[in-house]
Amino acid sequence: MRGVTMNIEGKVWAFGQDIDTDAIIPARYLSTSDPEELAKHCMEDADPDFPRKVQRGDIVVAGKNFGCGSSREHAPIAIKAAGIGCVVARSFARIFYRNAINIGLPILECPDIMAQDGDVLSVDLGTGVIVNKTTNKEYQAAAFPGFMQEIMELGGLTSFIKQRIEQGSK
Amino acid sequence: MTITEKILAKKAGKAKVTPGELIFAKIDLALANDITAPVAIKEFAKMGAAKVFDRQRVVLVPDHFTPNKDIASAEQVKMIREFAREQELVNFFEVGRMGIEHCLLPELGLVLPGDLVIGADSHTCTYGALGAFATGVGSTDLAAGMALGEAWFRVPESIKFVFHGQLQPWVTGKDLILYTIGQIGVDGARYCAMEFTGEVIRDLSMDGRFTMANMAIEAGGKNGIFAPDEKTESYVKERAQRDYEFVESDPTASYAQVYEWDVSTLEPQVAFPHLPENARPISEVGDIPIDQVVIGSCTNGRIEDLRLAASVLEGRKVHPHVRTIVIPGTQAIYRQAMAEGLIETFIAAEAAVSTPTCGPCLGGHMGILASGERAVSTTNRNFVGRMGHPKSEVYLANPAVAAASAVLGRIAGPQDLDL
Repeated sequence: MRGVTMNIEGKVWAFGQDIDTDAIIPARYLSTSDPEELAKHCMEDADPDFPRKVQRGDIVVAGKNFGCGSSREHAPIAIKAAGIGCVVARSFARIFYRNAINIGLPILECPDIMAQDGDVLSVDLGTGVIVNKTTNKEYQAAAFPGFMQEIMELGGLTSFIKQRIEQGSK
Repeated sequence: MTITEKILAKKAGKAKVTPGELIFAKIDLALANDITAPVAIKEFAKMGAAKVFDRQRVVLVPDHFTPNKDIASAEQVKMIREFAREQELVNFFEVGRMGIEHCLLPELGLVLPGDLVIGADSHTCTYGALGAFATGVGSTDLAAGMALGEAWFRVPESIKFVFHGQLQPWVTGKDLILYTIGQIGVDGARYCAMEFTGEVIRDLSMDGRFTMANMAIEAGGKNGIFAPDEKTESYVKERAQRDYEFVESDPTASYAQVYEWDVSTLEPQVAFPHLPENARPISEVGDIPIDQVVIGSCTNGRIEDLRLAASVLEGRKVHPHVRTIVIPGTQAIYRQAMAEGLIETFIAAEAAVSTPTCGPCLGGHMGILASGERAVSTTNRNFVGRMGHPKSEVYLANPAVAAASAVLGRIAGPQDLDL
């Protein structure tokens, strides 16, 4: 894989259900699309200290419908730039799901995931196997359709389309 | 097949599609705004794309932080203006011609029945009111659409919502959709097409249908859609500058779920903080004092919405403790409201009337809330911090409820004014 690392291990930041894109990156910061600027305010309205506490390689775990609301790609951009290695949620809102794959932010949908702040999670993006090393529980995330795997392996939709344009398929 | 499946099949060049299938389909229109276009333009360049697929069919509307609220916003609009000029886009709209995108595009006949539309704005689903398949995407998806004129989709399962009966006075499309979201939840239609039908829908105006389709995303829907009828025809026939097609679901179409409700006794609905699913009938709201009222947005900034608000505000004054901001959705709606005397009514009632902008709906500008403040708003989202401070509160309602609340200084319906 060129775009993403297959295996990720990191400390968990746990969030509840229906975490919306205004909580992930409030619109008051959307006068810019600079990833580093957006990262400074990532998850701010859900947890004001999050941008300062988060460390590279940490994992976000959330309940159902993560990323509901706006189409703003700034939301997964902010999470990725904040250093989050992977988002595991019970379910994702559909635009966020597409956006995360398109920009190369690893995400996994896992309806029965259980984890708390500070737990250590090990995630195999290839097989979808998630191990909560703190509780010693293993979970299986839903598999991505082959076509999405291909986008993810290339590191996002931009590289995928670039390849298509270069091949002159259009 | 359902109307959604038929449109997707046709645009994918297939005789049939089934839910769950992944397809590549041709798009009729690609849309972005001043928040999402800058990211799309950067990705478009990185893709190595030189020209957009069709300069008539890529539409850029700077409507969110415009008229430019600060230097950073001005820079963002400048970037898309330069792109629009370089690409010779026909449909780039500056302040003065600009309107809120989802009010503007149907008004100009840029979106038509049977179309497949993607927009880098979650409320792109609004165009389903015309019998089009329209869905929100992110900026990178939009960039790919601008470059190739096509996009990938997972064919959604359809959920049918059948509304029976006859609506009470002051009950609108906004109330139907808030009720629907209240019943099924903010992820009740996640990834699904929401198809609205029944005699109540047949009787509903185009403006009411736009409001309903607009909020399909608030139930997690991929799109909201209505079968086009004579109301659709009379709306589009003077606006269309290209062919369009009426598509409807087969009687044998299959649905993941069907909801049937008799809404004859439905009251105006108010969605409490901090999710649109927290809908309650107006009679169960209680005494909640408010600080601000916003009437406008891609949800409720159309002429019928302004008429409804004006009919409540006529001869009355906004409560001394309340700021009321009215935002017509487009310049044409603004002029129509002037011609009908609605703007006079708003100003006489001591409401502020603004040029079209998304501004306060997403906490951008033109009416930001302070800590502890409460607003009644005809917009679409009441998430934490949506209209300003994370400790402010937004209550979603229809324009008549918003207007009555403005007069009384608390959340109230027109009935509380003996209307």
